[in-house]
Amino acid sequence: MKTDANGFADSIWRVFSSLQLTIALLIGLATVSIIGTVIPQEGTAALENYLRTISMSTYQFYDRLGFFDMYHSWWFIALLCMLCMNLIACSLRRLPHDWKSITQPPMVLDEALERSLPLSTLLEVPDDAADIEQKASSLLRQEFATPTVNRCGREIHLFAQKGRCGRIGVYVLHASIIVIFIGVIIGSLFGYETSVEIPEGGSVTRIVTAKGTTIDLGYTLRCDSFAVSYYETGVPREYKSVLSVTDKGRTIVDRQAVIVNRPLTFRGTTFYQSGYRPAGPPAFHVTVRDRSTGSTARITARQGETVSLPGGGSFRPIDYVPEVRPSVPHAAGPAMLAEFIPAAGEPQTVLLLQRYPEFDVRRGGGLVFTCDSIDETWITGLKVVRDPGVRVVWLGCLLLVGGLFTAFFQSHRRIWIRIAGGRIVLAGSARRSHAAFKGFFEDLADKLQKM
Amino acid sequence: MSSSLLFTIATLTYLASTVMFFVYLAVRSRGVGLSGTLAALFGFIVQTAALGLRWKESYDMGHGHAPLSNLYESVVFFSWAIILIYLLIDAKYRFRAVGAFVVPLALLASAWAQLSLDSGIAPLVPALQSDWLLYHVITCFLGYAAFAAACGVSVMYLFKARHERANGTVRSGGVFSLFPAANVLDELNYRAIMVGFPLLTIGIITGAVWADYAWGTYWSWDPKETWSLIVWFIYAAFLHARITRGWVGKRSAILSIAGFAATVFCYLGVNLLLSGLHSYGGG
Repeated sequence: MKTDANGFADSIWRVFSSLQLTIALLIGLATVSIIGTVIPQEGTAALENYLRTISMSTYQFYDRLGFFDMYHSWWFIALLCMLCMNLIACSLRRLPHDWKSITQPPMVLDEALERSLPLSTLLEVPDDAADIEQKASSLLRQEFATPTVNRCGREIHLFAQKGRCGRIGVYVLHASIIVIFIGVIIGSLFGYETSVEIPEGGSVTRIVTAKGTTIDLGYTLRCDSFAVSYYETGVPREYKSVLSVTDKGRTIVDRQAVIVNRPLTFRGTTFYQSGYRPAGPPAFHVTVRDRSTGSTARITARQGETVSLPGGGSFRPIDYVPEVRPSVPHAAGPAMLAEFIPAAGEPQTVLLLQRYPEFDVRRGGGLVFTCDSIDETWITGLKVVRDPGVRVVWLGCLLLVGGLFTAFFQSHRRIWIRIAGGRIVLAGSARRSHAAFKGFFEDLADKLQKM
Repeated sequence: MSSSLLFTIATLTYLASTVMFFVYLAVRSRGVGLSGTLAALFGFIVQTAALGLRWKESYDMGHGHAPLSNLYESVVFFSWAIILIYLLIDAKYRFRAVGAFVVPLALLASAWAQLSLDSGIAPLVPALQSDWLLYHVITCFLGYAAFAAACGVSVMYLFKARHERANGTVRSGGVFSLFPAANVLDELNYRAIMVGFPLLTIGIITGAVWADYAWGTYWSWDPKETWSLIVWFIYAAFLHARITRGWVGKRSAILSIAGFAATVFCYLGVNLLLSGLHSYGGG
């Protein structure tokens, strides 16, 4: 007899291992997940951004509910935990039955079993039991799977099965979700994610995580160079940092190009190209030619810096674009804009195209400018990630896909044959694709009849 | 011959196919139904050629990427995938009436792409320069297309089930006599989702792997990622509902339609209404 405590525990267990709870949790998670896609997840630090669109009282209400970082709020995590517990409970409740059905299947087709099976048919053949058994066995082996033979008195029982993994797929699938969560937890406990800026030619030996902890890399990471290239439309084509790793003076990674989609992983830490900014104003190398004498002079000026020209006047670079095509059709390459103040006369704005040295000729005037090169020094921005859980996550994903395919497309099929004299009973069941199995079953019955 | 001409021909063929299916429902002539399917098949072949040609054109322009990189290309591929799934269903089950509920979805996508989306071939921005683009987009959209077919079948189910309740299962005249039986439609809905769900799962995983390469996180609760998970949750609920008493039939059909609505929002709503990392799909 059950005690009340047992009864209570039992009903808790029943609720936790019920599919109704699974459906409610999945639909509930789907619904609440919408919140975080509508409210930007910037965290409570972004108070000012939020107050632009919502009132202070709404802000406080949302904040209390954790809506500004809802996927890490206690109630969202609690829902995920409940889903996990439900998934474990469901699996534990159903696994013993499925495990038994593949490890200890009923090999003897008695009448009770026969009645419980969806497909069964009775065939009459000439009475010659030994021969029938052999023929039926080889037919099963040919058409289906090697049968196990059991004798009970005058009756001979044959049993064969296929696609046993179809019953296990769903458990692999459920376990894979837990494996993925374990990977996520490992990552959040033992991993970190931060960013680091290195100027061209510079190097770092330690990084600071988001939580403010300084981590000694144990090696030196150097940025040899950074470059950004553009399509003719002015859209970025590639951001490229060339990185090297040295340890105690020894170069281990030599000038490896790191671009978006191709990070550098070294001793478990991965460096991703994530941003860049200029280290200072760019330097412009310009040749000045005197149209009348033909004499030339080379000057170098930084952006915003005024440089006096030989023979009077001054030159001040204003700005430049790495790709001029979007604003000047039929031209390509870098272009610079400068202010030229002649020794006598009004200031002029000069446009120089690096790939067209004679472009400035048509401006007229005594001096012709040519842009030889533009030197820009960059600071590259790298994202630094160490996530020891990521391999576990990928393992979980592999199991998830494998589990899905076996659970969906592998059908556990079983065939029983009972031979008693000239009477043969053929019975069978399949977990999936019943229509296809029915066709196969009828075909098999036909062949059995004809042997 | 240019790919855009072929895309226009394909769109017009899908229009013809849709009209034939509607006529088929009205006049119940088997020949009309068959010609609807054949038109869809012809449109599919033309559109396949157009996709190949556009890929080649992209190589000729010096970009050389698969035609799966912006909103126009994805909408076109979506319509292609819907027709593919429809033709597979037709080859296996030969329920002509299904075409009247699935082909229009492909027509809608294809026509929208041709009429109002920018069809220019642009080079890829750095984040998209990855082989994962191909795997991720193909698996996601084949999944979406299977969900589209499931949604069409579910709408049929709701009509047919109401009709059966009112008139019994006896064969009677009218449009609904062309529909497969309600329980067959219910099963077909389930089959389509059984194909779509693993594809969506692989799509999400390949997206996560790619995000890990490109951004250094496999999951960042970006609106696109979250919505794909919402869609996944809904279809997971659907699959569990199948083995729960009282959830087969009408509730299944409604879940399937809700799942496709969420899919469409995940695909278009997120790109057009919400901001996030997936913004290149927006224009």
